[in-house]
Amino acid sequence: MVGSIIRPTPQRISGSQEPLFTGNDWDFDTIRRIHDACEAEARDLGLSWYPNQIEIITAEQMLDAYASIGMPLFYKHWSFGKHFAQHEAGYRRGMMGLAYEIVINSDPCISYIMEENTATMQTLVIAHAAFGHNHFFKNNYLFKQWTDAEGILDYLDFAKGFISRCEERYGHAAVEAVLDAAHALMSQGVHRYPRKKRPDLASEQRRERERAEHGEQIYNDLWRTLPQKVAGARPDLAAERRKALLELPQENILYFLEKAAPRLRPWQREILRIVRLVAQYFYPQRQTKVMNEGCATYCHYRIMNALSEKGLIGEAAYLEFLQSHTNVVRQPNYNERGYNGHNPYAIGFAMMQDIARIVEQPTQEDRAWFPEIAGTGDAMATLRDVWANYRDESFIAQFLSPKLMREMRLFHVVDDPDESDLYVEAIHDERGYRKMRRSFARQYDVAWLDPDIEVVDVDLTGDRRLIVHHRALNRITLQKDDARRVLQHLADLWGYDAVLKEIDPANDAVLAEHHATARPIFF
Amino acid sequence: MHIVDRRLNPGGKSLANRQRFLRRVKDVAQRAVRESAREKDIKDLGKDGRVSVPADGVREPRFARQSGTGLHDHILPGNKTYVEGDRIERPPSGGGGKGSGEGGEGSENSEDAFRFVLTRDEFLELFLEDLELPDLAKRRLSVVETEGLRRAGYTISGSPANLALTRTLRNSMSRRIALKRPKPDEIAALEARIAATPSSDPDLPELLLTLSSLRERTKRIPYVDPLDLRYRRFETYPRPVAQAVMFCLMDVSGSMTEHMKDLAKRFYILLHIFLTRRYRHVEIVFIRHTDKATEVDEETFFGSRETGGTLVSSALVEMKRVIAERYDPNDWNIYAAQASDGDNVSSDGPTSTELLRAHILPACQHFAYLEVGDENGPRAGFVEHRTTLWRTYEGLAKTGAPIAMRKVNHRRDIYPVFRELFGRKDARAEAEA
Repeated sequence: MVGSIIRPTPQRISGSQEPLFTGNDWDFDTIRRIHDACEAEARDLGLSWYPNQIEIITAEQMLDAYASIGMPLFYKHWSFGKHFAQHEAGYRRGMMGLAYEIVINSDPCISYIMEENTATMQTLVIAHAAFGHNHFFKNNYLFKQWTDAEGILDYLDFAKGFISRCEERYGHAAVEAVLDAAHALMSQGVHRYPRKKRPDLASEQRRERERAEHGEQIYNDLWRTLPQKVAGARPDLAAERRKALLELPQENILYFLEKAAPRLRPWQREILRIVRLVAQYFYPQRQTKVMNEGCATYCHYRIMNALSEKGLIGEAAYLEFLQSHTNVVRQPNYNERGYNGHNPYAIGFAMMQDIARIVEQPTQEDRAWFPEIAGTGDAMATLRDVWANYRDESFIAQFLSPKLMREMRLFHVVDDPDESDLYVEAIHDERGYRKMRRSFARQYDVAWLDPDIEVVDVDLTGDRRLIVHHRALNRITLQKDDARRVLQHLADLWGYDAVLKEIDPANDAVLAEHHATARPIFF
Repeated sequence: MHIVDRRLNPGGKSLANRQRFLRRVKDVAQRAVRESAREKDIKDLGKDGRVSVPADGVREPRFARQSGTGLHDHILPGNKTYVEGDRIERPPSGGGGKGSGEGGEGSENSEDAFRFVLTRDEFLELFLEDLELPDLAKRRLSVVETEGLRRAGYTISGSPANLALTRTLRNSMSRRIALKRPKPDEIAALEARIAATPSSDPDLPELLLTLSSLRERTKRIPYVDPLDLRYRRFETYPRPVAQAVMFCLMDVSGSMTEHMKDLAKRFYILLHIFLTRRYRHVEIVFIRHTDKATEVDEETFFGSRETGGTLVSSALVEMKRVIAERYDPNDWNIYAAQASDGDNVSSDGPTSTELLRAHILPACQHFAYLEVGDENGPRAGFVEHRTTLWRTYEGLAKTGAPIAMRKVNHRRDIYPVFRELFGRKDARAEAEA
C-alpha cells in the first residue's frame, strides 16, 4: 500500500557534478562533504535547524546510549543497567539490529551515527536526523513550549552530579529507593497543560479593584429582592481552601509529592524534581512520534532524491538507500507475521507524501475534504506549517485523507467485554472515513492512552491519607499487581496511607480499590 | 557543523549502572550461578554465564491499563474481507490474535524471567564468594620470606662488574673540563709548531716551556680518576610470599569407576579455579596414585588415563617426601585434599593411619577428604557403607585432627560439598545464626 513511494528514478543530469563518495567507505572529509550537500538541499526545502554536531560512535556506545534513553549523560540507576543487559543480549544473539542513529533535542543538535554505516547510510542518516528531526525539534510548538534545547545537557550534568553526591552522602540504598519510587511514578510526573502563573500582589490588587468596579457597574437594587440560599447548604469552605492551597486535584503526582509530601527531606524532593523534569522533557516526543518520524523520513527522502538528481550520489548508492528506506516504511497488515501495531515511520511518511500530493495535484475528493490546502501549490510551505503546529493526534484528525485510508485499508474493530463477538465498527468507506479517523487520532492522544490518575484529596488534619482517583476510561482498569506496587511507592513517598480508587467516569461507580501503607524506608 | 569522533572514548560508560544492577539482583544471581554450576561441566564454568533472574526482583512497575477489562478500540491496517457491522469471533485470550502488540497483551508475557549474561569475572566472583582456605592466617603468611634485589641509584664503591661506565665517564669529563686538563690535540699542535720552528727562533725556549708545563699538567690530572668511578647500586627488599601449598591427592586406581574419576576431577577443577582465582601465591602440588604415587603436573593430573591397584599410603609417602623436600611446615601453610572411592588394601590401613597421624596431619592446616561414590548410591550425608578409608579417617577426626570428610555420589553435590569444605567460617556462622 505504501509501496508507491518508489517513484521512477527521475531524469538525471548525469555527470553534472562529481559524486560525494564512491563505494562504502567514508572518512571525516566525506562526512563533511555529505553534510554540506545535505545542508544545501535542506535550505532549498526551507528547513531551519539548530547547528549540527555529528558524533561517530561504536556499537557498544550505541548500546550505552540506548540504556540511558539516548542521552549522552545521565545519572546512574540499576534500571539502566538492566536495559543495557537486555539490549546487549538481544544484540549479541542477533535478534535486534541497532538504530543507525540517535538524535538529541539539544542546541547544538547532537546526532550519533554508527561507525558501521556505509557512506550511503551516513548520508541517509544525516539527512534524516541532522536535518529532518532537527527541523522538527526546533520548530514544533510542543518542543518549543516544553523543552529547553539549550539547557538540557547542562541540566543533566547537574542531575548526574547531584545524584552521585547524594549517593556519597546518604548511601546508595537510600538514593536508589527514592529513584525507584520516582521512576514508578514517572509517567504521572508531567504537566499536561501550561500552568497558571501565580498572580503577584500588584495584579491581585488590580483584579480586586476591577471586580469592585464591575460590581458597581452592574449594581441593581432589584437583586436584593431575590430569595437567599438556605444557610445550611454552604459549601465546605475549609475543604475548598485546602484543595486550593495544595493545588488539588493534581494529576502531576511527582510535582504534588515534591511540593506537599510532609516528610521528605530536601534532597529527596530534589531527586523527585529531577525525575519529573526528565519526564517532562520527553513528554513532547511521545506525542509526536508519527509526525517526528514522518517529517524526518520525508526530509531524507526529498534530500536523497535531490542529491541523486544532481549526480551527487551514484546509482548503487541510490538503490541501497531505496532498499533501506522501504524497509523503514514497511507496514505489515494486521494478519501478517511481524505486525506489531502501526509503524509510525510508515504512517508519518505516507501522510506527508499525501499532503504534498493534495497540495500539488488535488482530486475532487481532496478539494472537498481539504479546502484550505488543496491545490495551493507549495507543498513545503504547507508541510512546514503542519510540522510546526500539530501533534500526532491533531495531525491525524486533520490530515488523514480518505485516499490514504483506502490505501491502508484501515478498519475499526471494537472489543466490548459485554458482547460475545468483536464487531467491525467502521471500514474505509464513505460512511466510515470520519468516524474511523476520529478513533484513529484518539489512539495517538496521550491523554487518551495514559490512565487518567490524579491526587484528589488529602486530610491533612486527620489521618493524612492520600486519596488518588483513576478515572477508568471505557471501564479499563489498571493492572492490579503493578498498580499495587506503584501505590506502595506512592505511599512510601507520601509517608502515610494512600488509597487508589478506580472510578467509572460514566456513573462514578468504584470499579476497584487499592490500599497501601507507608513503609518507613525514607525516614 | 562539528564532527566528533567518540569511538575512542573510554568504553564501559554503563559499568556503574551494571554494578548497581548486579547488586540489586545479587541474591538471585548467586542462586542462579550455583544452580548452573551443578548442571554444567565445571571446565566451562563462567564461559557462558547466562543467568535468568525472575522479573519480580527487577520489575519497574508503572500504572498501566489492563488489557482484559473494559472496551477497547482497534484500528487495524490491511482489511480485505470485512464490511461495517461484521461480527468476528473473539480470538482466544482476548484479542491477542490481532497482533500481540495491541492492547498491552505483551506486558503479561514479559513478566517471565529476565535473562542476561554475566562476564566470566562476575560469574566467578559470585561463584566463589564466601570461600576461603581455613586457618590460613595462623602462620607466617605475610611475613618476609625471601628478599629480592632491585636497582637503587649509584654508589662510589662496588665490584668492577657493576661499574657504571656512562656515569663514570661523565664525571671524568666534567672534572677534566673543570681542571682544564690540556687536550691531546692542543699538545700535538704545539709539538708540530715546535718542530716547524727553526732552532734560532727566540720564541723557541718559551714554546718548549709551555709544552713541558702542558705535559706536566696532563700527568697531574688523570684521564679517569678514582674519584670519578661510579657503580650501579642494588638493594635488597623484602618480597612477601604467601606460603601456602595445596596437595591434591587423587586415587586413579582400577576400583575407581569412570563416574568416580569424573567426580574427583570435577572436585579438583573446582579447587583449582578457587585457588588460582582467590590466592595469587598458593602453590599446588598434584599427586596421583594407584599402588604407587607420583607427583605430576596439572595436565597429567587432569588428563592422564593410567590405572592400577590401590595403595593409599603411597600417596601419603609421596606427600611426605615433597613436604620434606620443599615445604617446611614451619614456614608453609599446608593443605591437602584427597579424593578416593575409599577402597584400600586392608593391610595398608594401619600404615596410612600412622603416616597421617605422625607426619601429615601435624604438618597440615586442613585436610579435606572427599569420598566419591557410585552414581546410584545414597545422597551425601547418609553413609550407609563405611569404607576402609572412611573408617580410618573417622577415627583420626575423633582425636581432633583438622580433617574434614564428605561423601559425594552425584555431580550435583560437588559444588555444595565444596562450599561446605571451604566455606568461610564467619559466613557459615552467620548463615546458621
